[in-house]
Amino acid sequence: MDQIRLKTLDYSLFYGEFRALNRINLEIPSNRITAFIGPSGCGKSTLLRSFNRMNELIPGVRTEGSVQLDGGDIFREDVVSLRKRVGMVFQKPNPFPKSIFDNVAYGPRIHGVRNRSRLAEIAEESLSRAALWDEVKDQLHKSAMALSGGQQQRLCIARAIAVKPEVILMDEPASALDPVATVKIEELMNSLKKNYTIVIVTHNMQQAARVSDFTAFLLTDENRAGNVIEFGPTDRIFTSPTDRRTEDYITGRFG
Amino acid sequence: MGRKQYQQDLQELKARMTSMAEIVRKNLRDSVRCLESRDMEGADLVIRSDEQVNHVCWDIEEHCIRLIATQQPVAGDLRFIFSVLQITNEMERIGDYAKGIARISRKIGNEPLVKPLVDISRMADIASCMLEDALKAFYENDGRTAAEIPARDIQIDMLFRQVHRELLTFVMEQPANMEQCILLEWVAHNLERVGDRAINICERVLFTVTGEVVDFN
Ligand SMILES: Nc1ncnc2c1ncn2[C@@H]1O[C@H](COP(=O)(O)OP(=O)(O)OP(=O)(O)O)[C@@H](O)[C@H]1O
Ligand SMILES: [Mg+2]
Repeated sequence: MDQIRLKTLDYSLFYGEFRALNRINLEIPSNRITAFIGPSGCGKSTLLRSFNRMNELIPGVRTEGSVQLDGGDIFREDVVSLRKRVGMVFQKPNPFPKSIFDNVAYGPRIHGVRNRSRLAEIAEESLSRAALWDEVKDQLHKSAMALSGGQQQRLCIARAIAVKPEVILMDEPASALDPVATVKIEELMNSLKKNYTIVIVTHNMQQAARVSDFTAFLLTDENRAGNVIEFGPTDRIFTSPTDRRTEDYITGRFG
Repeated sequence: MGRKQYQQDLQELKARMTSMAEIVRKNLRDSVRCLESRDMEGADLVIRSDEQVNHVCWDIEEHCIRLIATQQPVAGDLRFIFSVLQITNEMERIGDYAKGIARISRKIGNEPLVKPLVDISRMADIASCMLEDALKAFYENDGRTAAEIPARDIQIDMLFRQVHRELLTFVMEQPANMEQCILLEWVAHNLERVGDRAINICERVLFTVTGEVVDFN
């Protein structure tokens, strides 16, 4: 049995009066890639952002139930330390308009690392893990904005890794990239799962099938609230889903 | 309803399978009928028609491969396409058995038969029926029927043993019958194999419907 890293218990989220997530019960295993799939607006991003409490930044958001990281309630934890443990990579690469080095050193600096050689070590390690080191090692002080989209996205992954999180959340991390850069990101995810738990939102069924170990299918109910319809090992979901709605969605018969 | 062309392509696969199945079943019935009625021309037709079976088989394979490459089928669609490939293959082999029987028919030529082909003919009826029902279960996604069909193979096996004993007696009584008896034994053997292939098709139907792999043999 896989160890459980993240767990939601009857977790609901409201944007004001509107219930966007309805009683979500999920167990996300450690050192695995879990994919959230489902039609637009079903709450994938909302659920993903719940794991590092990014939704709290939105006014009027309220939650019910609980979300646990390693068995501890994330709402009881200090949000800064939670976000160190649960990093995030967004759809559009969003490096800071600073040097490559400063992007990667940003998180460790915030968390108090001052020593230059220690920062250099962290930068090399993170950029290597993000499969970017060889491409940028001679130009660490060049602006991150001068990198290609695919390189920028790997830089953002390096930036997320630099604070040594346990979990990396990725919201459609490859949707702005070409197929070659996409393959790089997918390979990267695969190598990262040795050390991290990865949760990814993707609209690309083949990508979910290729990279993830587990898949959760979400769908809105008659009140437009997002529900988890089916969760299980990806190979089973893509060969023999048990719910008709999952089948209809992944075979493209939906809507 | 999304992916119209894709849905049409899947339907088209079913249609091509149906036409292949019709030729195979006809060849199977004709091969035994020609043997019974010593119809050499009919046997030649069966032999030649097997070419057509092979062509439809390749055609279906090509169609499946194109769908896999371009549409990335998953779940029920993937199981369906995978099963089409397997079932087509089983039918192609059944076609070969029919051709084999037709060839034997030619070999025996105008020589009178050592006995009327009562049991062999019954074997052919049951096998052909099993094949027909297995394919119907596939078209109708009917796992329950598919699970019931394999039991009928017991009758084929019983008849096969009976034919075997009978042919042995003929050989012992009249060693000059040896050649023809060996050929007729081959016919019975081919029909016994048809039953087994029909069972394989039933397994594929169950896999298509439920995703489970079962072994009926
Ligand atoms: N800041 C917000 N304020 C109010 N409602 C929101 C907010 N963000 C999302 N929603 C609503 O919550 C629901 C879920 O949105 P969410 O962005 O989580 O969906 P999603 O599955 O990620 O969709 P997509 O695939 O299009 O990214 C939608 O109905 C959306 O309109
Ligand atoms: Mg989203």
